[in-house]
Amino acid sequence: MTDMSNTEPTTPPHSQWYDVWHQFKAHKGALIGGIVFIVIVLGVFIGPWLWPYDATFIDIRSRNQGPSLAHPFGTDQLGRDLLARMMAGGQTSIAVGLTAMALALGLGSLVGITAGYFKKLDGPLMRLTDLFLALPILPLLLVMMMLFREPLSAAVGPERGIFILIVVAIGITSWMPTARIVRGDVLAIKEREFVLAARSIGTSNKNMITRHILPNVLSPIMVSATLGIANAIITESALSFLGLGFPPDFPTWGRLLNDAVQYLQDYPERVFWPGLAISLTVLSVNYLGDGLRDALDPRIRGR
Amino acid sequence: MLTFTIRRLILAIPTLLFISLVIFLLLELAPGDPMAQVPLTVPPEVKEKMREALGLGEPMHVRYWKWLVQFFWIEPQVMFDHMFGTTYSEDKLRVISWQHRGPVMDVVVERLPQTLWVVGFSYIVGILIALPIGIYSAYKQYSMFDQAGTFITMIGYSIPPFFTGPLVIVIFSVQLGWFPFIYDTTHQVTDWDSFVYQLRQMIMPVMVLAMQTTAQISRYMRASMLDNLNQDYVRTARAKGLSERVVVLVHVLRNSMIPVVTVIALGLPAVFGGAIITEQVFSVNGIGGQLIGAIQANDLPTVQTLTFMFAILIVFFNLIADVLYGILDPRIRYD
Repeated sequence: MTDMSNTEPTTPPHSQWYDVWHQFKAHKGALIGGIVFIVIVLGVFIGPWLWPYDATFIDIRSRNQGPSLAHPFGTDQLGRDLLARMMAGGQTSIAVGLTAMALALGLGSLVGITAGYFKKLDGPLMRLTDLFLALPILPLLLVMMMLFREPLSAAVGPERGIFILIVVAIGITSWMPTARIVRGDVLAIKEREFVLAARSIGTSNKNMITRHILPNVLSPIMVSATLGIANAIITESALSFLGLGFPPDFPTWGRLLNDAVQYLQDYPERVFWPGLAISLTVLSVNYLGDGLRDALDPRIRGR
Repeated sequence: MLTFTIRRLILAIPTLLFISLVIFLLLELAPGDPMAQVPLTVPPEVKEKMREALGLGEPMHVRYWKWLVQFFWIEPQVMFDHMFGTTYSEDKLRVISWQHRGPVMDVVVERLPQTLWVVGFSYIVGILIALPIGIYSAYKQYSMFDQAGTFITMIGYSIPPFFTGPLVIVIFSVQLGWFPFIYDTTHQVTDWDSFVYQLRQMIMPVMVLAMQTTAQISRYMRASMLDNLNQDYVRTARAKGLSERVVVLVHVLRNSMIPVVTVIALGLPAVFGGAIITEQVFSVNGIGGQLIGAIQANDLPTVQTLTFMFAILIVFFNLIADVLYGILDPRIRYD
């Protein structure tokens, strides 16, 4: 029994999240993606405090300027500073992305966990998911924007109305993949011994879900969260680009791109910045999701 | 297999009915009045008559039923008449656009070829580029080619078509002047020169759409190849002394194509959706452009019909994907 003394761990114990972080660090693309995303978010939300120009300040004498020291991205057809507009637009785009993602994630997790945990609801909820997956998303979004934009603008103000409309529209049309993934994981976890043990000591359904099931399906939810942000930002930009998003004087990245396309022949360089901002954000978030998927998967971790 | 196909076909009917109901109710519950544009000088009773002429006077379920009959019964008859010269559909009421005052389907038939040309061609180009990239980057996993391929596909995945569109316009039309940047839909292909012009104006929209397709499908192809390359049958094939070429391109490729083919089928409706944006960028006069135009003109019958046609595409290609999967993979038996 001498070798029993050797079972003492040599390294101090560390939490699961330490392992996750360790694996995440090893994924260079994900690390860079995460940093780029944080930089974009900080730049967009803190930048306007440091930048002297306001996004809606019109200086008609300095309109259509190219890049200069005073206006690094140039000015638009009304002389508004494009860097300020990019930052203001980014605030809206990222806010829409995060809120719509949260809504889609909440709906998807709710449906997924309910369907996976309660056998009776599994059939109907999954049929519902299938039906939603068969809906033509982009045309429906366009139709929703057309039909509800004016009444909602009248009810709660033009900007907030459209913000709510876009977030809700994207949220209720993009929860299905999350629901499917979460349901699959819940079905697998439900059969594990610790759930049986928890049930045998009389854990209620509510506690079972919040304490035992939910923490264990957190990793697929986090991965679909990153993909959800990317998806929501692209969808919002697409709607704004088609002219069915925010009102013209309210910048978002998609809207700025749309404005720039109208001046494509004279000032082609204006297309570049909003497009780059959208692409860079989406790319960084996608890489972040890729790294998270690897880091949160215990089968890959430690390799 | 046949019974499965038939069962799926029957199951598709309630799905489509549900979707049509969703679209109908969405348009129905929406506030807004199609008569809002009519001048105020028009007396209310005349307005009421106009409303009835548009078919708006009746209760909701009657109108839903009428729309279903028009779409599923009368429009196919019109098509049948057009093909065989019969007269079944004479004097029957078709889905009328409020914008053009003509049947919606006539406009759709006019516009559809443009969309099909661009979308279909881009999808084929995308697949033809994606498959070799996927195969090679799986075969040389973690090589320079694979890393570069992963990065490029990630970029292709992240850059939305409404950015790549203007970008290629700036580069190839404005700076280099190689291609026209407005798609000329009235262009007729009659001889070699006009054919070359058609090709030149198609290159940019096709390139933009194909980029998305390529990014997606090459990822799937790579993952699927990687799954198969380490299988026992591959080792057996190599041990038999088959050449590397045959092993990879015949044995592995065939098995890897099974999931990829279904992904290709499932992705096609999404490309039609993406074509809405691409058509807008390049001013292609297709059904995507028609949908946007109808939405801006508040032309509800057209919007309803087109949205539903997109839904039919999705349901139909889902069905094809399921059936193909069963045919290609003998391990999967539905019955």
